[in-house]
Amino acid sequence: MSGVLAILAAPFAALGRRFLGLLAEMGRMFLFFGEALLHIVSVPFSFRRTLDQVEFIGAQSIFVIALTALSTGMVLGLQGYYTLVDYGSEGLLGAVVANTLIREMGPVLTAVMVTARAGSAMAAEIGVMRISEQIDALETMEINPVRFLVTPRLAAALVSFPLLTAIFDVVGICGGYLTGSMLLSMNPYLYFYRVENSINLHDVTGGFVKSVFFAVVVIVVCSFSGYTTHTRQGGFGARGVSDSTTRAVVMSCVLILVFDYVLTSFIR
Amino acid sequence: MERPIIELREIRKDFGNVEVLRGVSLSIFRGEITTVIGKSGGGKSVLLKHIIGLLAPDDGEIFFDGRNISAMSKAEKNAWRRKISYVFQGAALFDSMTVFENIALPLAEKKRMPRRRIREIVSGRMEQLDITAIGEKYPSQISGGMKKRVALARALVTEPEIVLFDEPTTGLDPIRKSAVHAMISDYQKRLGFTGVVVSHEIPDIFFISQRVVMLNEGRVHFEGTPRELEASEDEVIQHFLKGIETPHDALTGLHTPTQLASRYQAEMDQHIRHSTAFSLAVFTIENLEGIPGDEGRVTGQTVVRNFAQELRRHLRPSDTCARFGMDRILAVLPNTGRDEAKNVLEDVLARMDKKRIVEREGARSSCLSVRAGVVQADEDSSIQDILEKAQEAGAGVMVRSVC
Repeated sequence: MSGVLAILAAPFAALGRRFLGLLAEMGRMFLFFGEALLHIVSVPFSFRRTLDQVEFIGAQSIFVIALTALSTGMVLGLQGYYTLVDYGSEGLLGAVVANTLIREMGPVLTAVMVTARAGSAMAAEIGVMRISEQIDALETMEINPVRFLVTPRLAAALVSFPLLTAIFDVVGICGGYLTGSMLLSMNPYLYFYRVENSINLHDVTGGFVKSVFFAVVVIVVCSFSGYTTHTRQGGFGARGVSDSTTRAVVMSCVLILVFDYVLTSFIR
Repeated sequence: MERPIIELREIRKDFGNVEVLRGVSLSIFRGEITTVIGKSGGGKSVLLKHIIGLLAPDDGEIFFDGRNISAMSKAEKNAWRRKISYVFQGAALFDSMTVFENIALPLAEKKRMPRRRIREIVSGRMEQLDITAIGEKYPSQISGGMKKRVALARALVTEPEIVLFDEPTTGLDPIRKSAVHAMISDYQKRLGFTGVVVSHEIPDIFFISQRVVMLNEGRVHFEGTPRELEASEDEVIQHFLKGIETPHDALTGLHTPTQLASRYQAEMDQHIRHSTAFSLAVFTIENLEGIPGDEGRVTGQTVVRNFAQELRRHLRPSDTCARFGMDRILAVLPNTGRDEAKNVLEDVLARMDKKRIVEREGARSSCLSVRAGVVQADEDSSIQDILEKAQEAGAGVMVRSVC
């Protein structure tokens, strides 16, 4: 009897173990984040390394963010116009594009693009440092690896993400204008009038709050994934680093979407 | 007895189901080089990582200068750790930083020092290790031997009291291996640090170590001097030493010290039984440390190799020779009395092609010389006793310059 019960319980036990494993990993990740955050406020602040990271995460992402924003804005302009024109309310195009971008698309797509560009690089770089014992070397020199590697990235992301999001929003709105007004002969004055009219400060702050949260998610998930490369099964060599990178990107993107929903329901 | 600078007592460590250390107890003494030997995967690196604190033992105690670290405050522990440096097996240089930045990092991060002072210290260390020319290069742009030197420079820049080396010669060719050993030995003498070296290079590593610790099955199987280890008749030790022994000395192609020792023993037996005379010749190449330039030690070891080859070419076929130190070669000359041996040596040294010995650039610019001594073995003493006697003996010593 007990044998049958054990067989029946096995899948639940496995599920439970997995869930507990996930919970434990989340816990470790949170502590990792806590440590990185703590070192932002402790002295001496590593200004130079943070600036380097602002350049890498922020400045070098501007082009790809602008490109994504332009195409997103143009598609929104096109789709929005064709949908609205059926109801005779194409005049609202500016409001639709601006609201979608500022509240949702801007923060989310910026975070996803930065994950693809900088997050993956971060996971790979820290992963290689882990497997080639560079992180151990830092520890033997009494240099805190989290402070040395993660804190500057976190600080840089907290600065860069809102700025990149702002750029995304502006370029996206211009993209909407390009299709709506220049291609589909909508009144440009009306477009920008609606943009200005429909946006309030609450929307803009909401978008920025999201982008700050996403900055934390991307940096913590990507750095943690690289940092713990050696603890995973087969986490040695090039394979281990590639697993960490994949994991970092997938997990960041999923968490960005999950957090987006949670934040939207709280902010609105 | 002197108090050990580091003492491990009954250290245990498991990784999952694998018991790597099963109660390791050992002592490391100030100012000495201690070598840790043992089978691959036997926990030698794990042991080093316990000393520097990268790993914490599951059980057991670690003492620094007689004080248990578990009783130390965090600040005290850190202060101790600051006295220890670690040279990783793969060098573990930061690949996104230049050589200079790598070496400067421990100072720039930990010590609040003006930038000019850091530059001075780092430049000084780089000069000592002959790596000034590669300061602006990245680790991926330099050779394996250079990386080891950079790693050593980085480890020494904080003036540590203890330096831990994890297989410092892995992946290097025989000449560079010997050069790294020479480098460790030179700096240890010059800076006086305490060294702990994990190594497989037997017997070469014994040339530079004062103590040897052998790990077996997760425990310390032997602790003593290299001589005691080699003289031990313990089965596990002999089995291990035989297993690791190569048919020839990798650097010179000469016999190994063990082969020479057994030849010596055979001659000694003959001598006792039939009172046949035989002699021992000792060749020491002097002033190898004086070779300047980036690759000074590599050049030095090339000279040793070339000299050994010339020696083999000109000695009689019945003579056996082996390397017995970083710069010393020993030869057993059977059926040869002391006076005859002197003549043989005179003849050999005269016939040697000196140009070949110093063929490598850099070797010619400094004045090297070979000191050769002869001792007639006429008593039942060990090879080491004879060796010491030969070193001291004024008679039968000839010096030939090869510059």
